[in-house]
Amino acid sequence: MVPTSFYIFLAALLFTIGAVAVLVRRNTLIIYMAVELMLNSANLAFVAFARQFGDISGQLFVFFVITIAAAEVAVGLALIVTIFHTKHSVDIDAMHELKG
Amino acid sequence: MFLETVAHEGATFFHLAPLAVFVPLLGVLLNAFFGRRWGERGVAIVAVGASGFAFVIAVLQALSLMAHPEGAVVPIAEWITIGDLRVAWAQKIDTLSVTMMLVVSGVGTLIHIYAVSYMHYDVRYKGDPGRYARFFVYFNLFIAMMMILVTGDSYLTLFVGWEGVGLCSFLLIGFWYEMDILGRPSTANARAAMKAFVVNRVGDAGFLLAMFLTFWFFGSLQFDEVFPRVHEVAAEHPWVLLAISLLLLLGVTGKSAQIPLFVWLPDAMAGPTPVSALIHAATMVTAGVYLITRSHEIYAAAPMAQEIAAMVGGLTALVAASMAVSQYDIKKVLAYSTISQLGFMVAAVGMGAFVAGMFHLVTHAFFKALLFLGSGSVIIALERAHHPLPEEGGHGHEHDEHGHHAEHHDEHEPFNPQDMRVMGGLLKRIPVTAWTYIIAALALAGIPPLAGFWSKDEILLEAKHLQPVVYALLSAAAFLTAFYITRQVLMVFFGKPRSEAAAHAVESPRLMTGVLVTLAVLSAVGGFMNAPGVHAFGHWLEHTLGHVPVLEFDPVVAGVSTLIGLVAIFLAWRVYRATFAWTEWSQDPLRRYLRGLYDVLAHAWYWDELYQVVFVRGYRALAGFLAFAVDWTFWHDWFHDVLIAGGYRRLSRFLSQPVDLGIIDGIANGLGNSVRGLALVMRRLQSGYVRNYALAVMLGVVSMLVYVAWALR
Amino acid sequence: MTVPVTWQDVAALLPEFFLVVWASALLLLDVFWIREKRTTAWLSALGFVVALVLAVGQMGRAPLLAFRGMVIADAFSVFLVALFALSGLVGILLAQDYLARNGIERGEFYVLLMFSVVGMMLMARVADLVMIFLALELFSLPLYVMTGFARPRADSEEAALKYFLLGAFASGFMAFGIALVYGATSTTSLPHMVDVIQAGEADLALLTAGAALVLTGLGFKIATVPFHMWTPDVYHGAPSPVSGFMAATAKMAGFAALLRLFVLVFPVVADLTPVLWALAALSMVLGNVAAIAQRNIKRLLAYSSIAHAGYMLSAAVAFADPHLGPQAVAAILFYLVAYVLATFGAWGVVILLERRIGQEGLLLEDYAGLSRQYPGLAAAMAVFMLSFIGVPPTLGFFGKFYLFRVVLDAGFVGLALIGVLTSLVSAYYYLRVVMLMYMKPGEPIVRREPRVQATVLAAAALTLFLGLTAASSLYAWATEAILRFG
Repeated sequence: MVPTSFYIFLAALLFTIGAVAVLVRRNTLIIYMAVELMLNSANLAFVAFARQFGDISGQLFVFFVITIAAAEVAVGLALIVTIFHTKHSVDIDAMHELKG
Repeated sequence: MFLETVAHEGATFFHLAPLAVFVPLLGVLLNAFFGRRWGERGVAIVAVGASGFAFVIAVLQALSLMAHPEGAVVPIAEWITIGDLRVAWAQKIDTLSVTMMLVVSGVGTLIHIYAVSYMHYDVRYKGDPGRYARFFVYFNLFIAMMMILVTGDSYLTLFVGWEGVGLCSFLLIGFWYEMDILGRPSTANARAAMKAFVVNRVGDAGFLLAMFLTFWFFGSLQFDEVFPRVHEVAAEHPWVLLAISLLLLLGVTGKSAQIPLFVWLPDAMAGPTPVSALIHAATMVTAGVYLITRSHEIYAAAPMAQEIAAMVGGLTALVAASMAVSQYDIKKVLAYSTISQLGFMVAAVGMGAFVAGMFHLVTHAFFKALLFLGSGSVIIALERAHHPLPEEGGHGHEHDEHGHHAEHHDEHEPFNPQDMRVMGGLLKRIPVTAWTYIIAALALAGIPPLAGFWSKDEILLEAKHLQPVVYALLSAAAFLTAFYITRQVLMVFFGKPRSEAAAHAVESPRLMTGVLVTLAVLSAVGGFMNAPGVHAFGHWLEHTLGHVPVLEFDPVVAGVSTLIGLVAIFLAWRVYRATFAWTEWSQDPLRRYLRGLYDVLAHAWYWDELYQVVFVRGYRALAGFLAFAVDWTFWHDWFHDVLIAGGYRRLSRFLSQPVDLGIIDGIANGLGNSVRGLALVMRRLQSGYVRNYALAVMLGVVSMLVYVAWALR
Repeated sequence: MTVPVTWQDVAALLPEFFLVVWASALLLLDVFWIREKRTTAWLSALGFVVALVLAVGQMGRAPLLAFRGMVIADAFSVFLVALFALSGLVGILLAQDYLARNGIERGEFYVLLMFSVVGMMLMARVADLVMIFLALELFSLPLYVMTGFARPRADSEEAALKYFLLGAFASGFMAFGIALVYGATSTTSLPHMVDVIQAGEADLALLTAGAALVLTGLGFKIATVPFHMWTPDVYHGAPSPVSGFMAATAKMAGFAALLRLFVLVFPVVADLTPVLWALAALSMVLGNVAAIAQRNIKRLLAYSSIAHAGYMLSAAVAFADPHLGPQAVAAILFYLVAYVLATFGAWGVVILLERRIGQEGLLLEDYAGLSRQYPGLAAAMAVFMLSFIGVPPTLGFFGKFYLFRVVLDAGFVGLALIGVLTSLVSAYYYLRVVMLMYMKPGEPIVRREPRVQATVLAAAALTLFLGLTAASSLYAWATEAILRFG
């Protein structure tokens, strides 16, 4: 059996990749995908721990996160589409009217 | 006699003490809601009545104290309760607080009466008669707040009053907030109010911290619980009392306008003259002196703080007196004089001469209020001669319908009725004002047997025994005091009139002169209550302050101080004698002797400018820097461009160097190009803004995790 | 296998249940039957009134774990649930006229607001890690949409996107933090977690790291430095009633969960105390100092809200002290009440002065001369500003008093010092508003919108009245709202 710590390291790696991608990408959709990667790395960690503890509640959490991520996608895509209508771009750097 | 029976048999009126707060508050409410409907007469009756009632209450407290000198604590309301901390609002009635009550409500009522007439003119000359009621609302509110301050039985209650009077001061300095003192549209008065408020907040920070420390180490803010434990705490933590007393001193320097926070008081003269008399001369600014006297146990346990306080007071007395020497504004002279005299008081209570300090507080309230009210009378006299109100039917020069003199003075400076250069020869035109003014001036100069002589002499006597350096400072200040007040009297009342208005000045109405005469009598005889051999005032305060050693009257000290005063008056007369013949003011004669120094003094040693440069500008710059630079430019430009993009560029250059050198050709070419290309893409990617915010989150997380790793290592 | 839902479960979450059912029904009604959007507004307001009554009805009950330990109805949560219901009501009162006059009144706004409030209520109820994440997202998602409600205005859309992306980013940290906490304690149930930790079976390193990440997620919602940077932009770009609603309630919701987690479950990770200390100090300093340079009232209030988050967090620094925990909770609850009142009031004034959405009437200069024409409104605004500074006798003074007392009792003298000094700094920009209103001539244009005006005046009256008379009893009430599991 693969030790839990391996999973956790993988999850942490994915999480870091996601977080860094949020920082460096400029396409709003890709940034959002990176956020999804962060959430899913949390899922991976959760499932790994749940397997270690033999505990069902950890796996339950994953389902909730997936559901929430779906809801977030709905809201996020709606926002991105709206903005695309106004600005004809999904470039996050185009959004800098509000500052100071 | 009823009163004697009361005094001897001990009928007490302590339970009436809360009325001294609530009746003025009632006046506030009545005038706030119905003031406009009642007209000036109604407003005046309510306001003077409320203040006078407070005075009657104060007198009754004094009578009660004669029978029961130990005083009483009168509970009013339960206020804050948190666990073990209970703060009830109660009034502490003892000889100290009642002294302050008497001064505040007594002098306060006189000034109220004066203001009834003064404000009648003022609101008309400033063009908004509707503001009459508002003035008395603030004035009564001030009396109420001052009563809360002086009767509070804990630091917290005192602080509430302290802030309350500060608020009233703020409101009244900015009473004509849309103009400057000459009635021109400007934010000058509003800025003066703001300055007073802000500077006082610095002092208040000290007071607040002192309260925190007190609560921390004493577990209470009640005077009755704090003071008995002073020695116990002093033995455990010697630095605590020093810290508390120094922080309190910071509060005092704010409220009582001492170095380094005195800069707000000269600007506070933007308020109407009765405000200057009541708040910025007689009562509120003395709250700091009261605070030190009230905390005398704490100060007694911190000798170093006492020395510092005495030095602060002594220096302020001297510096402010020097600034007063070269002012032209009749009220500015008095403002610096007030700072200087407050310096005397702070020096006195600072070195432990509490009776002397409080004594000077009382006499100063009399003669300084009189000086201010007299200057107000002069100002109104000139205004009325310059352009009489329509109701007086006069034909002034430049008289206009609205009483506004802002509109038709575009080309030249408008007439400034506060400028002493346009006065002169007023002794004949307004004799009552002039003679009462001269009495007050002599009292200030410390000429026997007027009130100021006795109290100042007592301070000097104590200083000579306790702190000789301060004695020297105060003596020098006394010299300058006599000099500048003589200069003022000569410029205003003697010589020839130097303007049309001064030549046609009219004496103020009876209501105003009546108050002046009353205060003149008090300034003349008020000193005898603690004259050598009498010491009634000292014995009265002993009930609160404990035994006070009475120093023997020292004819040398008294003689020297009288001599100093007389010499100064003589010198001033010698210097300014030349101006008696002038019909127009030219260069100040004193300037010939002092030259450049004169300008330094006239600009108040450039103190304001210094603060402007050091604090105000620095503070603004810091704020702007943090808002724009740190939040925006910093993250964006510095972090992204310099660190990430710059670093990447350098890295890519380093990586592409082998390519340029041709060491790795062919295959590597593609790699180098793509790295360079990526660098270009990256750099363009770095210009986003949301990214900055995410980066901040990221940095926060990383530093937290680094810390956690370090803490758990 | 069926999971029985007992009446007890329903009773524990009665206000939330009611609001969910009501909001769902309203969503359908709004689409199919209701013609006038105003009807939707009134019906949702009615829903909040009922929820408030139901929440008040829960007061004084013994703590009750429901839904197999997922949520809890204790005094703390009931206190906040009642406050949330009231806030929802105020939110609708502030929003309705504004939306109508700017042509963006759509029925789903009110429904979204109701769902958001349900999420916030659940934040106060959490007894399980799963619930924290669910409730957080439930109240955040509607807020993202509401922020962008003024579409197609670019600023509103931009604010919404920023809020959404950064919110999702922060949620990622939160989720990963929850995973780590779960890994450290082998349970998601908070009461069980307390047992595990007390038995010493928890992996402390993992738990501390997880707690730090959870703190990131919650710190984002309450807008503490350095997780605050979205705040000024989002408050600036969102329609003003939404900004006001967020400023007041999202902060409350964040603190509800933060207190529950840190005071009840995480005292063992006392290693995080300096981290909280730093977050609080940074927030107080940066929020207050940055606010000084603001010319737009919405941004000013945004920075001010960051500073207030710092003040409240400074009491939470004492979370690891078992004796001070309850006091800190009470002080923060009290401060929240004062903060929420002044925030709603101040944003109400902003709404009244905003001429066209996001365009005119938002600069500080636009407040000049307000006291001349609208003395009541100016006085109310002055009360809010004074309460924000903490001048007696406003409620804000008592809030700061109780807060700093806890901070001092916990021995964080430096933090209390920073608090006192920064509130002095804050006087500068708050009083500038007062000075403009009272001492500068000007011709402000103010909407006549009785509902908003009444809300503003009521908030001012309460700020003053509670400060003068009922501060102690309010604090006593907050003290009774002790956090508990069973």
